[in-house]
Amino acid sequence: MELAVAHETIARWQFGITTVYHFLFVPLTISLAAIVAGLETAWVRTGREKYFHATKFWGKLFLINIAMGVVTGIVQEFQFGMNWSDYSRFVGDVFGAPLAMEALIAFFFESTFIGLWIFGWDKLPKKIHCACIWMVALGTVLSAYFILAANSWMQHPTGYKVDPVTGKAQLTDIGAVLFQDTTLVVVFHTLTAAFLTGAAFMVGIASFHLWKAKRKGEPDGRKIASMRTSLRVGLALGVIAGLGTAVSGDSLAKVMFEQQPMKMAAAEALWDTQSPAPFSIFAVGNVNQGHNSVELEIPGILSFLAKSDFSSPVPGINDTAAAEAAKYGGRPTDYIPNIFVTYWGFRLMIGFGMTSFVACLIGLWTTRRKKFLAPEHRTAEDEVPKLMLTKNRELSPQLTKWSWRIGILTMGFPLIANSFGWVFTEMGRQPWSVFGLMTTANSVSPNVGVTTQVIALTTFTALYAILAVIEVRLLVKYAKAGPNTAEQPPAKDPTLRGPSSDEDADKPLAFAY
Amino acid sequence: MQLHDVWFVLIAVLWIGYFFLEGFDFGIGVLTKLLARDTAERRVLINTIGPVWDGNEVWLLTAGGATFAAFPDWYATLFSGFYLPLLVILVCLIVRGVAFEYRAKRGGERWQRNWEHAIFWTSLLPAFLWGVAFANIVHGVAIDKDKNYVGTVWDLFSPYALLGGLVTLVLFTFHGAVFASLKTVGDIRLRARALALRLGLATAVAALVFLVWTQAHQGDGWSLAALVLAVLALAGSLVANQLGREGWAFGLSGLTIVAAVGMLFLALFPDVMPSTLNPDWSLTAANASSAPYTLKLMTIVAAVFTPLVLLYQGWTYWVFRKRIGVQHIPAPVADH
Ligand code: HDD
Ligand code: HEM
Ligand code: HEM
Repeated sequence: MELAVAHETIARWQFGITTVYHFLFVPLTISLAAIVAGLETAWVRTGREKYFHATKFWGKLFLINIAMGVVTGIVQEFQFGMNWSDYSRFVGDVFGAPLAMEALIAFFFESTFIGLWIFGWDKLPKKIHCACIWMVALGTVLSAYFILAANSWMQHPTGYKVDPVTGKAQLTDIGAVLFQDTTLVVVFHTLTAAFLTGAAFMVGIASFHLWKAKRKGEPDGRKIASMRTSLRVGLALGVIAGLGTAVSGDSLAKVMFEQQPMKMAAAEALWDTQSPAPFSIFAVGNVNQGHNSVELEIPGILSFLAKSDFSSPVPGINDTAAAEAAKYGGRPTDYIPNIFVTYWGFRLMIGFGMTSFVACLIGLWTTRRKKFLAPEHRTAEDEVPKLMLTKNRELSPQLTKWSWRIGILTMGFPLIANSFGWVFTEMGRQPWSVFGLMTTANSVSPNVGVTTQVIALTTFTALYAILAVIEVRLLVKYAKAGPNTAEQPPAKDPTLRGPSSDEDADKPLAFAY
Repeated sequence: MQLHDVWFVLIAVLWIGYFFLEGFDFGIGVLTKLLARDTAERRVLINTIGPVWDGNEVWLLTAGGATFAAFPDWYATLFSGFYLPLLVILVCLIVRGVAFEYRAKRGGERWQRNWEHAIFWTSLLPAFLWGVAFANIVHGVAIDKDKNYVGTVWDLFSPYALLGGLVTLVLFTFHGAVFASLKTVGDIRLRARALALRLGLATAVAALVFLVWTQAHQGDGWSLAALVLAVLALAGSLVANQLGREGWAFGLSGLTIVAAVGMLFLALFPDVMPSTLNPDWSLTAANASSAPYTLKLMTIVAAVFTPLVLLYQGWTYWVFRKRIGVQHIPAPVADH
């Protein structure tokens, strides 16, 4: 018994650690691919060098990041078989399909075109080169789509039947898996959250450069110009994506309320059914105990999140657990996830993410376009913008300083929000691995010993920790260095035929490992 | 032919594609120590696969994903059974990918040296371990009636399996050397050719023993034909290499891999993982597969997208068709 518990616990820790780690890179990859594609398009269309420098700069950070996303993804592909073999046997027929499609359709796309993009600066005509990064961006979105469809099926199984002979799940309708409402809203929410992540990252680094340029002076106007553009792009994107995240999060909450009422109750530590149900902003005391000592609540909001009106009853944890026990057998307590984690995971997700959204909103206003400002406050394109409260009023120096700093400090907030969001989603589903069908305890590999698991868990944790240090150092190095404004695009647009004359034959590669 | 047999063939094609492509990647990685004399030459070698190695690796991910979808039991038994060797392979693939991307991102001597060591070892180990894994798959392992592997990790390293590992290692290194001679110019190209000859002869000895052993153990007429083809292709590749016909040599070293791995799959069929405990407990293409609906769906997906993948991956090789030499390697980045 003890051993069986250890077995499951280690497998869960390994899955949690490796997946959350993978997902640190994923949102940045998804958003930066599209951002770089947009910047390169702007360069191809206008020929302005600030776009070229911005493309190169963000492209470099993107590549450092995606390298980690790719290699940590490989582990994901195989660990279902390694640690969760009973799960794999049971669901492979259904769950394997989107996974295989992801590899065949999305991963080939990304990995092939990224090679062309990295090494192709002097080999491909500008427009084709730009098309390559768009292909990469498309690939990242497709990849997210398929894997989220697989995950949504675990949250809400549809389009399958359980074969009476083998006792295994069998796919009956792929459309129901790929296009069920859970998949659609989860994809929407995850993509918008990814863009918020990229936006905050961009704003943070651009703020760093502009604030430094303002304090210490920066002779190179081209550097300021490309960072200034990046700042505005990031701020605008952050506002749009932030709104999208909130809207989609609200839809997701409604879907979740229908499909997994326990998760909704757990998210709120709502022990008893209430009508109307309040939204708890924070609670002091032990949410695990079934009563909260100090609590700050907004009446009716939880009802709204769940049902779109302010008075609907929302079933509490106790009632839901009793209902699940009646339906699936066992004791009610078997069906209660870790309330502490779900409650705080939900809050920290919203809190960290929305802070970045608000910061972007304020930033977008204070750095607004010239035509909204009095002439004496307008700055040229290669100057650091003033932070303007009204048409004529600049923020005080103290506030200005803090505004730039907040831009820098909140750079990683959505990344934290993403991790908490996933921890909440996945732990809130417990004890199920496939909701209503298979428990996590029954999912593990029966033949893999605890020693083996410990070796794997230790190896991955140590390796990932080392790689994190290396990756962060590289990112910091390249982010601090800023765009290399000495770099120029190839003098003549390359043709697909390659160099025609011999004089080009010995020219060094534009990029090499 | 039933759908699960079609999928057996498709899975075989994915693994063969993987070993054909990543075979020379691994070979190039090993050659960074065997062939290259200095940093510039190491960079030449690494850059011959620079734009393509990531795409090549996706063949593995697709093979894994497709096995999951088409043969859930095969996927589950294989990866939970071969846990620790697979863990080593995963660690290698992680470090290797990062090594390619990060090596040139800093100027420091030690930094670059460490990543170069990493590239060598993380190419060598998987090249060896995949052979070990496949030898075990074909030969069969201790699988119980619940389809779970019940042997120990040491059981996976029998003499036959070790020989299998050696074969893939030298074969991939040979394939890599032929690829290097095709993709480089200057002195390194000639040395690659000379080294390919020696590696090819070593491959011939090891592979012949291993394949004949497999044939004697569980071969049939088809696998014998594949064995003969593998031997002929290897011989042809060596001749072409000596004649300086590098394109032919590469095509034929690739054909050697296709025929040799193909032979293993032919010897395996209709099992996908035989049980050495009781033949009734063997996983077969029929009893390990998904239901017809999924198989049919995946067949359509594969039929549409595989040609597309071949098309744009082929195009990448065409875009980067130019040979490279030390003169093409740009100066390293300065360290800050
Ligand atoms: C920047 C990140 C971020 C931000 C600001 C938000 N979320 Fe979120 N949320 C995620 C990032 C995220 C995520 C990490 O991407 C999750 C995990 C699983 C998923 O689909 O998205 C998630 C999951 C998730 C779920 C669980 C879905 C499930 O278990 O099936 C709900 C109900 C919400 N979110 C709701 C919201 C609401 C009402 C928000 C308020 C404005 C919000 N999220 C902001
Ligand atoms: C990338 C975003 C994801 C993150 C950050 C994430 C995070 C987690 C975490 C933290 C756990 C551990 C739960 C626990 O220990 O209670 C977990 C479990 C699990 N998740 Fe996810 N997950 C993600 C996406 C997915 C996807 C896309 C799938 C399916 C394809 C998936 C399948 C699973 C499985 C099989 C488990 C193990 C069973 C369990 O403990 O529930 N996850 N995940
Ligand atoms: C637990 C389930 C997951 C599995 C099995 C998985 C698998 C993988 C694999 C194998 C790769 C490397 C691909 C390559 O070599 O090119 C990868 C990278 C990536 N994955 Fe995941 N992943 C998981 C979770 C997620 C989630 C939840 C998302 C998005 C919402 C996601 C999106 C991506 C993206 C954008 C990349 C990086 C770019 C690339 O593929 O090259 N992954 N993943």
